[in-house]
Amino acid sequence: MHKITEKERMNEEMTRIEVEAPLVAKKIKPGQFIVIRMHEKGERIPLTLYKKDEEEGTIQMIFQKVGKSTHELDTYEEGDEILDVVGPMGTAAEIKDYGTVVCIGGGVGTPEVFPLAKALKEAGNEVIVVSGFRTKDLVICEPEIEQDACVDELHITTDDGSYGREGFTSHVLEELIESDKEIDLVHAVGPPIMMKVIADITEPHDIPTRVSLNSIMLDATGMCGSCRVEVGGDMKLACVDGPEFDAHEVNFEELMQRITMFEEKEEEALERWKEEHGGCCQ
Amino acid sequence: MSPEEERIKVPERSPEERVNDFHEVPLGYTPEQAMEEAQRCLECAKSPCIGGCPVEIDIPKFVKQIADGEFQEALETLKEFNCIPAITGRVCPQEEQCEEVCVMGNVGDPINIGKLERFVADYARENDLEETPEIEETKEERVAIVGSGPSGVTCAAMLAQNGYQVTIFEALHEPGGVLKYGIPEFRLPNDVIDHELEYLDELGVEMRMNRIVGQNIELKELKDEHDAIYVATGAGSPRFLGFEGEDLKGVYSANEFLTRINLMKAYKFPEYDTPITDMEKVGVIGAGNVAMDAARSALRMGAESHILYRRTTEWSPARDEEVEHAKQEGVQFDTLCNPKKFKGDEDGWLEEIVLYECELEEPGEDGRPSPTVLEDTEHSEEFDTAVIAIGQQPNKVFYENAEGVDVKEWGGIIIDEDTRMTTEEGVFAGGDAVSGAATVILAMGDGREAAKSIMEYLE
Repeated sequence: MHKITEKERMNEEMTRIEVEAPLVAKKIKPGQFIVIRMHEKGERIPLTLYKKDEEEGTIQMIFQKVGKSTHELDTYEEGDEILDVVGPMGTAAEIKDYGTVVCIGGGVGTPEVFPLAKALKEAGNEVIVVSGFRTKDLVICEPEIEQDACVDELHITTDDGSYGREGFTSHVLEELIESDKEIDLVHAVGPPIMMKVIADITEPHDIPTRVSLNSIMLDATGMCGSCRVEVGGDMKLACVDGPEFDAHEVNFEELMQRITMFEEKEEEALERWKEEHGGCCQ
Repeated sequence: MSPEEERIKVPERSPEERVNDFHEVPLGYTPEQAMEEAQRCLECAKSPCIGGCPVEIDIPKFVKQIADGEFQEALETLKEFNCIPAITGRVCPQEEQCEEVCVMGNVGDPINIGKLERFVADYARENDLEETPEIEETKEERVAIVGSGPSGVTCAAMLAQNGYQVTIFEALHEPGGVLKYGIPEFRLPNDVIDHELEYLDELGVEMRMNRIVGQNIELKELKDEHDAIYVATGAGSPRFLGFEGEDLKGVYSANEFLTRINLMKAYKFPEYDTPITDMEKVGVIGAGNVAMDAARSALRMGAESHILYRRTTEWSPARDEEVEHAKQEGVQFDTLCNPKKFKGDEDGWLEEIVLYECELEEPGEDGRPSPTVLEDTEHSEEFDTAVIAIGQQPNKVFYENAEGVDVKEWGGIIIDEDTRMTTEEGVFAGGDAVSGAATVILAMGDGREAAKSIMEYLE
């Protein structure tokens, strides 16, 4: 059992939790992820790492309420326990001095960018973070990325222009490229369509680009093949071969199709859950 | 056949009833039936059945004990050789092992050894018979077991019985390995597995869940804290066909299909959170035990279920009992049928499987005829779900991160045939992680042999 030591509703969609998981805290590196199972009847949910405290033996994750499980997780309070917290899963990001790195986070992908940007900065890189949200109320992690990760530049975008730059993260990237900024690596985490757009922008400029994929996973140990994705013409498993891949090799059309496989079921479960927990999901 | 030449029939639930749920199919013997069946044993001098058993259970002894109504004694006999008799009594291919060589088979039906084994274990569980074993003098040496499937738990039990300090490291959140994620409840109920595994607890074996050796704990760390290691990571990685459309929605590996349904209980969705897609017509590619499990699970999910197999049913590697049960329940066997392609709709959902007819050549060296695809027989059939059940292979997460442990090209761990040690000192291996994909009982046999080797090594 893993106790929740902190909980914070960051906005109406996103919640941050800190849980006791000393083994994970000791080993997890940027780019890797965690699987949790709330209770006996729960599913295995992959979540990305936001922060960790090795000494305290805790890890932090920020999740977005999307389906039934994340809505339910949002009802867990400080002191409640999560049955399983497993990790680190997947392979770690390669952290070294590339020169200039642009880290792009879309929505709830931004928390994953935080440890990555921090590590890249510590490795000597010039780090530019571009972080995009639908609207002002959903903006998260701004002070952390700016102050804790000490990045060189932070650009926030909102789709509706209510905060930061109006538009998408890709617009900022395009401008950076047009301004003849020397970029040695782009690392994008977010919705598949965003990652695809980023990959399409960097490819003609030969800018090495990595993406962190959010495929559907079941066990996340390389056992089921649910997260299979075509990378460079080969079938790869996002859970153990990834989740990071060369963006220019990923078949995003396939990824975008496959992640909708259980949509109908997820809606069904959420509807049912909302009925049973009438009105308490805010 | 005169009555004593025939087996006492094992009561089974009717196909019409059982296809609606995931409860067990054969009901097992009553004490009277078991005694009557056991009394058929000729008590022959040679006891070939023992040699037919990969873990060399003293079969004549426990059968005689059942015949005499000494069920507690029969249990003790079984447990001496096999820590999980309720499981092997259900899933062992006895017809190819102990029962195949049973002398009684020359004059009538062989003794139903499997069902007798199951009877003893079930009787013990249902009547709370004493199962706690005696432990030899406690020893200091610590042994780590990687994987809590049949091979790992067998090795663990034998070492613990002999006084060693044993810790099992399991990657998933529940123990049992393939017994839990792979074999469906209608063949092996989870509460039966859990009860059998309690025995390990009684032996003082420590179980650590969510420990993925090679992923969140390194082999080297285990080596630092243990005097020997037994690697029984199984063959948990799915094989895919590699042909067009395999990435369509509605196409599952057997591992995913069965893990969703068994381990994660998707058949109880939405009570349980893990979903599986709705299915009307399922094509299962392959004809082994895993394929039968998938096809019969599909029926229980309310679908029309087809086995798509390149050979004819007689060449199916599945147990006769599984094929028979599948047929009774209404699984359709589309044989001499070779899938070549999956076709989908514009949203990426499986719509059709492209099939070719086959004919069989003369049997080759392995005794099985190879199928030849008849080129001009291409046709398509509608399916909304496909399950690929063409075999499993060892999971690379272990072997790619296990320094010093050499593997074959396909990932099978290389061991010394005599010592069962891998190329890394003090690290032993067995079961499907070494052999590819075999049976529960062969993996258990490996577990026993490895335990013996480890004890020799530690002495």
